[in-house]
Amino acid sequence: MAEIEENKVRGIISAINGPVIKGTNMTTFKMREMVMVGKNRLIGEVIVLEGDVGTIQVYEETEGLKTGEEITPTGRPLSLKLGPGMLKNMFDGIQRPLEKIQEISPIFIPEGIGLLSIDEEKLWDVTITAKPGDVLLAGSIFGSVQETKVIENRLLVPPNISGTVIEVSANGSYTIIDTLVKIQDGKNEIHELKMAHDWPVRTPRPSAYRRETLVPLITGQRVIDIFFPIAKGGTAAIPGGFGTGKTMTQHQLAKWSDADIIVYIGCGERGNEMTEVIEDFPKLIDPRSGESIMERTVLIANTSNMPVAAREASIYTGITIAEYYRDMGYAVAMMADSTSRWAEALREISGRLEEMPAEEGYPAYLPSRIAEFYERAGSVETLGGDDGSITIIGAVSPAGGDFSEPVTENTKRFVNVFLALDKSLAYGRHYPAINWLESYSGYIKILSDWYEDNVAEDCIDLRNKMLELLYEENKLQEMVMLVGEDVLPDDQRWVLEIAKIIKVGYLQQNAYNKDDTYVPLEKQYAMLKSIEYLYEKGRSGLKLGIPTSQLKDADIFGQFIKMKYTIPNDDLSGIDRLKDTIDTYYDALFKKYEN
Amino acid sequence: MKRDYLKIDKVVGPLIQVSDVDDVFYGEVVDIVENSTGNVKKGKVIKIDGKNVVIQVFQNTAGLAAGNSTIKFTGEAFNLPMSLDLQGRIFNGIGEPIDSGSDIFSMVEANINGRPINPMAREYPRNFIQTGISSIDTLATLIRGQKLPIFSGNGLPHNELAAQIVRQAQLGDDVDEAFGVVFAAIGVKHDDEKFFRKSFDEANVMDRVVMFVNYADDPIAERITTPRCALTAAEYLAFEKNMHILVVMTDITSYCEALREISSAREEVPSRKGYPGYMYSDLASLYERAGMLHDRKGSITFLPILTMPNDDITHPIADLTGYITEGQIVLGRDLFQRSIYPPVAVLPSLSRLMKDGIGEGFTREDHAEVANQLFASYSRVQEVRDLSQIIGEEDLSQTDKKFMTFGRAFEAEFLNQGFDESRNIIESLDLGWKLLALLPLAELDRLTPEMIEKYLPQDE
Repeated sequence: MAEIEENKVRGIISAINGPVIKGTNMTTFKMREMVMVGKNRLIGEVIVLEGDVGTIQVYEETEGLKTGEEITPTGRPLSLKLGPGMLKNMFDGIQRPLEKIQEISPIFIPEGIGLLSIDEEKLWDVTITAKPGDVLLAGSIFGSVQETKVIENRLLVPPNISGTVIEVSANGSYTIIDTLVKIQDGKNEIHELKMAHDWPVRTPRPSAYRRETLVPLITGQRVIDIFFPIAKGGTAAIPGGFGTGKTMTQHQLAKWSDADIIVYIGCGERGNEMTEVIEDFPKLIDPRSGESIMERTVLIANTSNMPVAAREASIYTGITIAEYYRDMGYAVAMMADSTSRWAEALREISGRLEEMPAEEGYPAYLPSRIAEFYERAGSVETLGGDDGSITIIGAVSPAGGDFSEPVTENTKRFVNVFLALDKSLAYGRHYPAINWLESYSGYIKILSDWYEDNVAEDCIDLRNKMLELLYEENKLQEMVMLVGEDVLPDDQRWVLEIAKIIKVGYLQQNAYNKDDTYVPLEKQYAMLKSIEYLYEKGRSGLKLGIPTSQLKDADIFGQFIKMKYTIPNDDLSGIDRLKDTIDTYYDALFKKYEN
Repeated sequence: MKRDYLKIDKVVGPLIQVSDVDDVFYGEVVDIVENSTGNVKKGKVIKIDGKNVVIQVFQNTAGLAAGNSTIKFTGEAFNLPMSLDLQGRIFNGIGEPIDSGSDIFSMVEANINGRPINPMAREYPRNFIQTGISSIDTLATLIRGQKLPIFSGNGLPHNELAAQIVRQAQLGDDVDEAFGVVFAAIGVKHDDEKFFRKSFDEANVMDRVVMFVNYADDPIAERITTPRCALTAAEYLAFEKNMHILVVMTDITSYCEALREISSAREEVPSRKGYPGYMYSDLASLYERAGMLHDRKGSITFLPILTMPNDDITHPIADLTGYITEGQIVLGRDLFQRSIYPPVAVLPSLSRLMKDGIGEGFTREDHAEVANQLFASYSRVQEVRDLSQIIGEEDLSQTDKKFMTFGRAFEAEFLNQGFDESRNIIESLDLGWKLLALLPLAELDRLTPEMIEKYLPQDE
């Protein structure tokens, strides 16, 4: 695909150190240019230029490379081919389809397979909406293709081109490299518009302007949707030591979030996890579209044993694909698992460049790279005038589970939602192990109107009240550890009992249960409201001098703990019945005490 | 025609530097021939800078001098001959036989560094392996194709546990599915290596074991290649010869120490505790070689053992391993001191692949619930014990007292089992139910009524 001009000046490899190589005779090379290295034509990118010496990071295994071999320029930066054919597919860190690689080499990923990208032979049924004489602005839509059952790919004029339509092909079947429309720009230059266009990964795609983020990303996960909501177009980080369920949480979000498009990046993580996604996702049905969730998903995989330089690129590949779908007017959610591996890739490359390290060997530019990445999220008006958004949810794998390490610390500065995973919760098999004391969402205020209008008037107040109760429980637990529970006064013991229901019956959510894996907001609210109802009933009882032991009815408490399983998602009448049960029991109890 | 080089510019630890070199490739294997004796040491090109080349020598560099050796570049990458004859043999860390047998001859050679498995080619591991150890089978189930490390500490019986797993593991459902063991000893004591060899003999598997041994007093550069040679053999047997291979590797800590030593000799920028910044990727290039494939019958199940320095699970070696592997089996010193064998610390132990390999059709329908309930209850036991430290066991509530009883019984009957005792999964699950019956019914909140009805023993 990359046409290499034969007469271009080539560099000569002079030094090799793992994924970093140096070449001489490179004065005509450009910074960040994509190059082909050696006789196997490994793909690389120029990262430093100094005199006629260039430093290149290579995206493939460099074993076997010799000094004296050639470095061939491609004349363009590391770019993606953006067009239909990305959904339902899995790519490596530089957008090479893993399925196609498998055709070349059935088991292992060899080096030197060259640049591959989305399928250029597949025929798509194209509807072209542009007419001769129309003026097409940059980023506007000139046609459409049904990319998958649920997603229509809106064909975009590349963001750097505009002009008047002079020629239009008839609707019909085309490949992504066929010319569909010709436009003439202000300088009388003619541009061919195809289904796909190239875009450099390190350049954010432009949009008209940023909007406020006012709508939550509904995930179906109670602890997130009610307690720590993420806004569409917002940013969130999920830090946690190993075994705390980062990947599990990311998978749940990828499966159930109400985004139009999911871009999932497995960055330096386990191969089996990506295999699991490929096996599981096609079987799961999106509750909104009724089709498999794979129909809206793009997967990027650079597993931990794949070349480290491509890991650094994978994050940019993912976000560029996300921006492409955003520009069509879709709400995109991107999961990056894990951003720490990306930061470590930066560190490794930086180390090989012998740069002066800052904290823990990470380069000094780590914070600015993290900031640049998260700032590519946002809710925007696209160049074409539509609403589009990108939500970024990044997992962080802090070394030793210590949140004070540089990647977690710096990520915290640039994200608005922090979902701290907790080892002790995970040990107690409390999943998702999101610690309610350490986590926060910066979107509560701006989303509160939405919750009031769409869920319930008192939704946010209820959330605050229950969270306070959990804080109080935490303080009481410290006391219990010192003196035992029996010594506490009854009202405090009642707080402990209710907190237990919130923790076990509400915050814990079972990803393997077919009802509990995704819970609609309405039920999330109703469940919490009923817990509050029980809490207030008990408090009335306390005022009558009824001890907690009497207030705690094993049967009612059992029903609360199990209500996530026993009350179906589409029929909440069980919650009303539960309230009736409470009324009957407590009214009888109160009568006894009043007399 | 390759030139020989007669001058060594610099020797630093396991590294030598040679200048004015042409036409070598990154990763090329080098023979260093001592002129007076003809002894050959092997090395590998790890850095090329213009005409200067840095070579990592796998043997001891003692005795090398500027002009006493000839350096020959072989023009080959680090390849090993692969054959079924590897089985029953013992090799050193660079794949040379150290038993009395002959060299391996084969047309098939494989690069010891391997190449990453395409995630599309992988098959998600789902087959349960019964180890016969209650704590592992029930609570951190081993799955065929999984990488599940044992996090241990110095002096803990990790070797015994690994040997017991090798002896008791039922790898194949069918008898005709071949299985074998690849054992890599990295920087181990001679005693430990003897112990394993004896256990393999006793288990009658010695003719199906491929051993790669690098002793504690062997050169450290060879520790880098030992696991790679072993995994290359495993890949060959599993994916070319359709065998189910269990790879046991000890001790990953020695491997990482070697990595750090070489990194420091290369004057690289260190990250945590002086370990190189690429240690995660480097460990991943080992661990990720485990797995199963769609169109191959064989599998690689990987059981690396590491000793956590100072029993610290947040130490970089344990930490990075935990991030790559699919769970971990953690051994606890407090259990060991109370003579509980195997001292599996249940709460931090985890098998990530367990969820898809247990339950109906694999083990038994109640497995997930029982495991969950045992975890939750045992986790509660820890809290109650903390409390009883302060207020005394006498003052605990009735419920808490029952948890104390459950905790003791769980450790003495469930965790504790003999070195030669193999319990099948049904026995282990039933034992779990028996112990759960010690708790009040109201506390069994992870069990569904149907399962309680069916499996909970009535009365004491």
